[in-house]
Amino acid sequence: MTKTLDLLKVGQGGVVTAVGGDGALRCHLLDMGIIPRTKIEVRKVAPMGDPIELHLRGYELTIRLEDAKQITVEVEE
Amino acid sequence: MVLALVGNQNCGKTTLFNQLTGSNQHVGNFPGVTVDSKQGTLRGHKDCTVVDLPGIYSLRPYSAEENVTRDFIIDGKPDAIINILDATNIERNLYLTLQLSEMGIPMVLALNMMDEVRNNGGTIDIPEFEKAVGMPVIPISAAKNEGIEELITRAIDTAENIVKPKRMDFCHGAIHRCIHAVRHLIEDHAEKAGMSDRFAAAKIVEGDTPIIDRLKLNQNELELMEHSIVEMETELGMDRNAALADMRYSFIEQLCEKTVVKCKESKEHLRSVKIDSIMTNKYLALPLFILIMLVIFWLTFGVIGSFLSDLLEQGIDALTGVVDTALTDYGINPVVHSLVIDGIFAGVGAVLSFLPLIVVLFFFLSILEDSGYMARVAFVMDKLLRKIGLSGKSFVPMIIGFGCSVPAIMATRTLPSKRDRTMTILLTPFMSCSAKIPIYAVFTAAFFTEYQPLVMIGLYLLGMIVGVLFAVILGKTKFKGKPVPFVMELPNYRFPSPKSVLLLMWDKAKDFITRAFTVIFVATVIIWFLQTFDTRLNVVSDSADSLLALLGKVLAPVFAPLGLGDWRITTSLITGFSAKEAVVSTMSVLTGTGMAELSTTLPSLFPNIACVVSFLCFTLLYTPCVAAVAAIKRELNSGVYAAAISVMQCLIAWLVSLGAYHLVLLFI
Repeated sequence: MTKTLDLLKVGQGGVVTAVGGDGALRCHLLDMGIIPRTKIEVRKVAPMGDPIELHLRGYELTIRLEDAKQITVEVEE
Repeated sequence: MVLALVGNQNCGKTTLFNQLTGSNQHVGNFPGVTVDSKQGTLRGHKDCTVVDLPGIYSLRPYSAEENVTRDFIIDGKPDAIINILDATNIERNLYLTLQLSEMGIPMVLALNMMDEVRNNGGTIDIPEFEKAVGMPVIPISAAKNEGIEELITRAIDTAENIVKPKRMDFCHGAIHRCIHAVRHLIEDHAEKAGMSDRFAAAKIVEGDTPIIDRLKLNQNELELMEHSIVEMETELGMDRNAALADMRYSFIEQLCEKTVVKCKESKEHLRSVKIDSIMTNKYLALPLFILIMLVIFWLTFGVIGSFLSDLLEQGIDALTGVVDTALTDYGINPVVHSLVIDGIFAGVGAVLSFLPLIVVLFFFLSILEDSGYMARVAFVMDKLLRKIGLSGKSFVPMIIGFGCSVPAIMATRTLPSKRDRTMTILLTPFMSCSAKIPIYAVFTAAFFTEYQPLVMIGLYLLGMIVGVLFAVILGKTKFKGKPVPFVMELPNYRFPSPKSVLLLMWDKAKDFITRAFTVIFVATVIIWFLQTFDTRLNVVSDSADSLLALLGKVLAPVFAPLGLGDWRITTSLITGFSAKEAVVSTMSVLTGTGMAELSTTLPSLFPNIACVVSFLCFTLLYTPCVAAVAAIKRELNSGVYAAAISVMQCLIAWLVSLGAYHLVLLFI
């Protein structure tokens, strides 16, 4: 099942299938290693509900929900 | 010889820089490049300069920091690059390495935190790794000072013999054909522009406009290249940006598979997760943050800082006494005596007494920053700050502003984009600083005996509200545009390196002292001059005749609509520009009463409560003191901005006070 990353619950993970958006944000996400076929997991949500903490390629990255919408993942059960 | 130090954020770059150079460093412009970068002399090699470039993740042109690094490497012509990598996070760190090696400049890789990798059961096959990337690879631990000597030797050797990376190509298939087609077309242009053709080709595919402009390509060539890029996109089924990222990460994944035995989840990481389960906990994060800030404030302004400040003040007083007596004994001209004692010693001395506060505050801040906690604060606070068009990273400087605007403005250095930095700096002075507390204390004691704390809290809140409104207006006008996306790494918690903390404190202290003896020196001399002379340049005996009082009288009508028409009020406000504490001390001089009885004489200056409210609003919001304005000028590198913010704040203060005055008048 594919979902955008902002819809994943804490502890859920998947494999990136597409990175949307444009301009600086998209390049930044790609450069940080979020490219198709990357394994990614949602680790935590900030106390106020946004941004979220991700785990990928052995490190932790935080992005805003709004930007997480641009990332589509194949959810692993 | 020049070595450029390049690496990701949080990979230990500053620690390595400090190991390489010791205390022998300074910030300055590098010849030929307008880049404000940190430089130092390599230890044991007097003729070799190391330049610390901003921590970046990629050479793609999306923010000022990436461009600084790119431009430095092209125009600064370093003899070699030292690329430092966090070995515990090698995949993402190598991404920048691949881009750097395209530039065709002698380069060595420093694999930092190798001790951590080994301790957790990981290894890296260094000879194989070296072969694959085509350049020297040296395992080090910057924090433990291991491998640094070898790194220095290999780096110098590489630079002296101009050993360029043996491998620049990490591509195959369609993207390989595309890059090489472009490369072939631009070979001559790249040579003329003084850069590697492989690098230029990648930049063209990325659409890096400044680089494309430098290559001076004609329309025909641009179209030809665009054609082969589009062809590549169709063949791969992805756009150019994704294709480049995919090319680099594919190479990295293969390389790591062959040469890296990844460590299991490291102790350091597990520890971080544990700390974070408390520090960024849904319910505990905010209270803990507030607690930490309160403790830091209490220690800085209440315990250590004030103790050291008092000590320093006593020292300055003693020195003033000695100089005073010496000058008097020498029988020097009384005006010169007054200049030295009342002007320079009193003025610069008053500002210098802030020094311990700044050093102590930065001691705590650098610990928060180096340990990795600051990134968590940004994570927790981002949602709140986004509402005013900023990101979580602006939160800490603004909080420091409640202590003192000077270190707060200096702390904005850590912000990633120029826009965010400028906005945060302009916003900070609205956070009521601790130097204004004496003013509030005297006035609330005189007029609001029962509601003292309430009035104080009200003032702080008003400052924040006006600041937020100001930010919202700025965000909608001058700083429209989009904020830099909030994509931030959460590094593992680490024990801060004492050397880095000490160097940072020394750095800030040096910076502040330099300022105290330049800008602030001049400002205090000017204020002394205005206070001492009348229009005919005679020394005044009654302070009411001085130029400053005259200025106060001239300005008084401007303040009359606010209910502050007395010239003694305006004169005190003017002296507040040198330091906010001066407002009350000037008032006591001008009314001829000691500080202790000031509360009883104040009602003669302020006939009703509306005037008092108006005055408090004005002191809360008007121009920051000269030390803060100097800091703004320094950090934004613009005298215009510094002057504009002073004027702007006076204007805002005037308008708010006017409103407050008339509002209160309605009720009394």
